[in-house]
Amino acid sequence: MERKNIDLMVGIFLLMGVIALLVLALRVGNLGSERVAEIYSVEARFENIGGLKQKAPVKSAGVLVGRVTDIRFDNQKFQAAVTLTLDKRYSFPKDTSASILTSGLLGEVYIGLEAGGDDKNLQNNDKITLTQSAVVLERLIGQFMFSKAAEGTNDKPAEKK
Amino acid sequence: MIKALRSLGSRGIDTIWRGGAMARFFWMVLMSSGISFRRFRLTIREIYFAGVMSLVIIMVSGLFVGMVLGLQGFETLQKYGAQETMGVLVALSLVRELGPVVSALLFASRAGSAITAEIGLMKATEQLKAMDMMAIDPIARVVAPRFWAGVISMPLLAALFSAMGIFGGYIVGVALIDIDPGVFWSNMQAAVDFRYDVLNGFVKSFVFGVAVSIIATFEGFDADPTAEGVSRATTRTVVTAALTVLLLDLILTAFMLRGIH
Repeated sequence: MERKNIDLMVGIFLLMGVIALLVLALRVGNLGSERVAEIYSVEARFENIGGLKQKAPVKSAGVLVGRVTDIRFDNQKFQAAVTLTLDKRYSFPKDTSASILTSGLLGEVYIGLEAGGDDKNLQNNDKITLTQSAVVLERLIGQFMFSKAAEGTNDKPAEKK
Repeated sequence: MIKALRSLGSRGIDTIWRGGAMARFFWMVLMSSGISFRRFRLTIREIYFAGVMSLVIIMVSGLFVGMVLGLQGFETLQKYGAQETMGVLVALSLVRELGPVVSALLFASRAGSAITAEIGLMKATEQLKAMDMMAIDPIARVVAPRFWAGVISMPLLAALFSAMGIFGGYIVGVALIDIDPGVFWSNMQAAVDFRYDVLNGFVKSFVFGVAVSIIATFEGFDADPTAEGVSRATTRTVVTAALTVLLLDLILTAFMLRGIH
């Protein structure tokens, strides 16, 4: 094979390899989609975070507005301290409430923000005080069973509403 | 009894000796690899033989593996009503594991065996000795360019394998099974992390490239200078490289997965 052709083929090969890497990074991976330059972070404390994980989405009205960047345990108050990193384009009032929700029964856990009515907006390193913990399914089932059992003693058992 | 012990001992010593010889050989290649970058044309020639010639087998196998993953994944995911996450399954298994590992195995049998046979035959026909006589270091002139060509080609081939595999999964998912293409990609993008998945896969394929290339060149350089010796060295390259790749994969995966929560 001639030298020129070898150079050409190797050039094509190297280019293809680099393109494949770029495809993996941008199209398959999340490098392209999450380019949020302007961010600010707020902290929220929860009694129980359930299955919340780092990088979980933060949504308001169903729209992605940020991500969970850090989860710590506060040993003074025995609460979970969750750091939310939000996009600077979206600002929320100071009395915004945060609740831990699940999309569907088995879906991913995310934090939902519900805007309040305050004039001032949340600033960097502010704290969200109104929070609602994750719903623990086992506890819910336990409560349900308990109330059903209480009903059953004086009425016909297991009648659906 | 004593005979068996003696043969066991001799095997043990032989294995350790080979390990040490390979480490010294690796060091020598690294020390004398200046020429493969100063005269990059030498390396380019070898990239042609190791990388470009492996393109077809890598890309076709990648496509097939991706399609099979798609079909098999769909079969199981369907039971849980989660067929939309088929793209995630295909992408993660390819980028993290199958891409680097399978392309390294293919590379070892396609290019590694060729490198071993070539160097072994050069040794058998005393071309390496002739070079030595002319004050040309055969390690710098023959071994190092082949080694670096393998190291450069391997990550690119693995990336191509993964990309083709994901394309195959896309064909199966979107064209055959009728998953919505937007859902397919967005689920994938939400699940595949650049640093944690793509970059770690790249690191793996780089390590495999170093391992396969050094094994292939060492076996060739170390081959008995006979026809039988060359054939045995070629077999040993494929077997040793495959085992080394799988073992390294286990070790690397164990280290990389530790960051998970």
